[in-house]
Amino acid sequence: MLDRHMISRRRVLAYLVAAPTLTMVVKTIDDFGYGIGLVAPEPAGASPGVANVVDLTDALTLAALPTAYLLKVEVTANDRVVVHVPRAEVGQGITTAMGIIAAEELDARLDAVDVVLDDARPELLWNQLTGGSNSVHSLYTPMRTVAAAARARLVTAAAQRFGVAASTLTTRNSVVFAPDGRSATFGSLSAAAAQVAVPAVPATPKTVDRFTRIGQPTTRLDARDIVTGKATYALDLPVAGAPTVVARPPTIGGSVRAVDDAAARAMPGVLGIARIPTGVAVAATTFDQALAARDALVITWDAGPNAGLSDAQIRVKLEAAAAPFLVPPLGVLAVDRTFNFSFAPHAPLEVLTCVADVRADRAEIWFGAKSPIIAGQRVADAVGLPADKVTLHVVRAGGSFGHRLFFEPAIEAAQVSKALNRPIKLMWTRNDDMRHGRMRPASHHKVRATHLLGNVLTYEHRHATLPVDFSHGLGEALSGVGFDILHAGATQTVFQLTQTVPDNFGVATQLLSDVPLAFPTGSWRSIYSGQTSTVNEIMVDEIARAMRVDPLAFRRQKLSSSRTKAVLDKVAAAGQWGRSMPAGTAQGIAIHEEYKSVVAYLVEIDCRDRANPRVTKGVCAVDVGRAINPRGLEAQMQGVLVDGLSMTLQAGLHIDNGAVREGSYSDYRFARMANSPRQVDVYVMPPTGEPGGAGELGFPAAAAAVANAYARATGTTPFSFPIAG
Amino acid sequence: MPTFTFTLNGATTTVAAAGDEPLLWVLRDLLGVTGPKYGCGVGVCKACTSHLDGAAFNPCVTPVSACAGRQVTTIEGLANGDTLHPVQQAWIDEDVAQCGFCQPGQIMAAAALLAANPNPTDADIDALENVCRCGTYVRIRKAIHRAAT
Repeated sequence: MLDRHMISRRRVLAYLVAAPTLTMVVKTIDDFGYGIGLVAPEPAGASPGVANVVDLTDALTLAALPTAYLLKVEVTANDRVVVHVPRAEVGQGITTAMGIIAAEELDARLDAVDVVLDDARPELLWNQLTGGSNSVHSLYTPMRTVAAAARARLVTAAAQRFGVAASTLTTRNSVVFAPDGRSATFGSLSAAAAQVAVPAVPATPKTVDRFTRIGQPTTRLDARDIVTGKATYALDLPVAGAPTVVARPPTIGGSVRAVDDAAARAMPGVLGIARIPTGVAVAATTFDQALAARDALVITWDAGPNAGLSDAQIRVKLEAAAAPFLVPPLGVLAVDRTFNFSFAPHAPLEVLTCVADVRADRAEIWFGAKSPIIAGQRVADAVGLPADKVTLHVVRAGGSFGHRLFFEPAIEAAQVSKALNRPIKLMWTRNDDMRHGRMRPASHHKVRATHLLGNVLTYEHRHATLPVDFSHGLGEALSGVGFDILHAGATQTVFQLTQTVPDNFGVATQLLSDVPLAFPTGSWRSIYSGQTSTVNEIMVDEIARAMRVDPLAFRRQKLSSSRTKAVLDKVAAAGQWGRSMPAGTAQGIAIHEEYKSVVAYLVEIDCRDRANPRVTKGVCAVDVGRAINPRGLEAQMQGVLVDGLSMTLQAGLHIDNGAVREGSYSDYRFARMANSPRQVDVYVMPPTGEPGGAGELGFPAAAAAVANAYARATGTTPFSFPIAG
Repeated sequence: MPTFTFTLNGATTTVAAAGDEPLLWVLRDLLGVTGPKYGCGVGVCKACTSHLDGAAFNPCVTPVSACAGRQVTTIEGLANGDTLHPVQQAWIDEDVAQCGFCQPGQIMAAAALLAANPNPTDADIDALENVCRCGTYVRIRKAIHRAAT
């Protein structure tokens, strides 16, 4: 079994690149033998605690180790530090975090740092996947290493220029200072530094006590671009391309039987119509013209594999699939509960978009990709080009929540561009995104806890859902580091790598059952934890209620992690747990441990209008080991509470006869300002170690805290989500 | 093809388009003004929120013909040169944005609210319906209060 400190022992080496100005790259070297010593998780059910020893964060970080250079830092002659990052920026703030780390180790001005998203780089194998809340964890040490190496060469170049010992020089604000007052900007030293083969000062990263930027609340580097409208997403790029939309079937997985496009072709502005595997594409001069022509198509559809399937039938299949309990109920000492979750769209505010320019011998794609390598490879396959003839530019994207791990729009856009022999700009409409996009599958959970004399003796959780599709590269990454995906299956592997019961609940088992229905599924912020851990935290309250003990005191007693107890105590104190509140209002509390991080939420809810419950306040305490940017972390923790309350109270999808009922934000009721708490206080705990993950961390605790508050306010525990139906 | 003339971010602009073409696509596809975003096309998400004669409106459901002779301001026209509008500055001060996609619309909605109501209450702010999928609402609220003071 992999040992955690084996990961931290990895060596990270920086290399100088031959270039006119200082350009450093970093490679990671696994010095304990890549893949060796790592065993696949036990078959599902035998060991619910695999994630306690090696978790998804470890697995993805391992997968990222033995690749070509990971990161590149350039110091330009005009005094800019350009940092190339093999990740996607979807709002999580990875570009700002990487800029902070680079500026820290270089002693550069933060406003002199430009963070650039790498194009798809197939040589990175598995290390260009933005997922699993893994980016900061996997890039923290490499980024520090490469930036520290660059600084050492700048200092060495300055020492040569000044004719003084390098050890006497200091760096600050992108300038090297000599004791006699002389100074040189990084830009002026860059060319000379590019010739420094062996630096004259240590090229090792700072000790953490010398950090001046890491850990300081920092505003997003792109804040001004965003508020002035200069931030560009795929469809905003100054790249020529015909606005294109696709007519899609009324049902999920439906297909075109016949199409009459005569009327559509005669519509104003139409530039071309092409049948592609997923529908019929229309390109025009404006999107409005493309939409009008799309609506003029006369298409006969085949309904596909899900015709006739609605929520009720899916629910029956899920209930039948949930694995049986092993422990018989012990009368009044058993707490048996079942839970249901609806399908849920990711619904990022930017719909799926892609710009494609496919020529006879090459293709260029602009796409907000979280899995750009495999996306580029699949594009190449789709248009019959060698993989190395496809250039895929990773573009900033307007939210993801898991949505952009997949790449159907890139494939479609390339197919259309090839068919019409012109560059195109593909846009999924909101209806397309909601009704044909990837979604979190519905799930059914049954849980049995047995207890005696204040002790939980057994805890069994059976989770039945549709298979979550991991074919975007994560499954390959896990296979590549020795997990037996073929034997166990990707879903079982991920489930076992991510699911733990944090409480001392005796013999605990958690089993996943997949019901293979043909729906387009995908990871949704926190993958299985969004349901499994949410259910567990609601069950903690249910068991405490059965034992007639306070849910906070019960958690304090049953949790084993001191970090988790610390965040729990923080929210309890800051949120005044147990304060007197009017009838119909209440507090709720919940925790989550994952991604080497821990979080607690305390929320207050007002259910006096039962049809419109409102979360009125949130208090969060979070320990991510070490926060690079506490301000960005605060934003993540505030935002994920809105996700949690939306999914718990009011937002979900319905399936009617193989089709998604909801089409936009009018009927998919994601929270607005009026549904959101007016105050959300976030406490970032002092550093406890290396940085863990944050982006998905908050969801299960936020969702469960809202459910627990609802139960306490109304006297009715919710078992079906969203509560509004 | 008829032509329509309006003032766009302070400049007289004439465009040839069908009269019923929504202004959003005229702005984005014909004039290259990409600050207003598409999020739904039916006036629900309000990501395209801009100003028509100073009031918030949604170009995705407003035909270009309805804008003739009027003042259209998008996020690109809100600042005074390099001097940010107080709402834009408040957005930076509170570090409101995450993915940023809805924020041009959020800022334009907030600027219109403050123009009509210089000191809005929390209940007034609750009336804003712009969707933010990242859930930045609590910082939007703080930024509006900050810009109001």
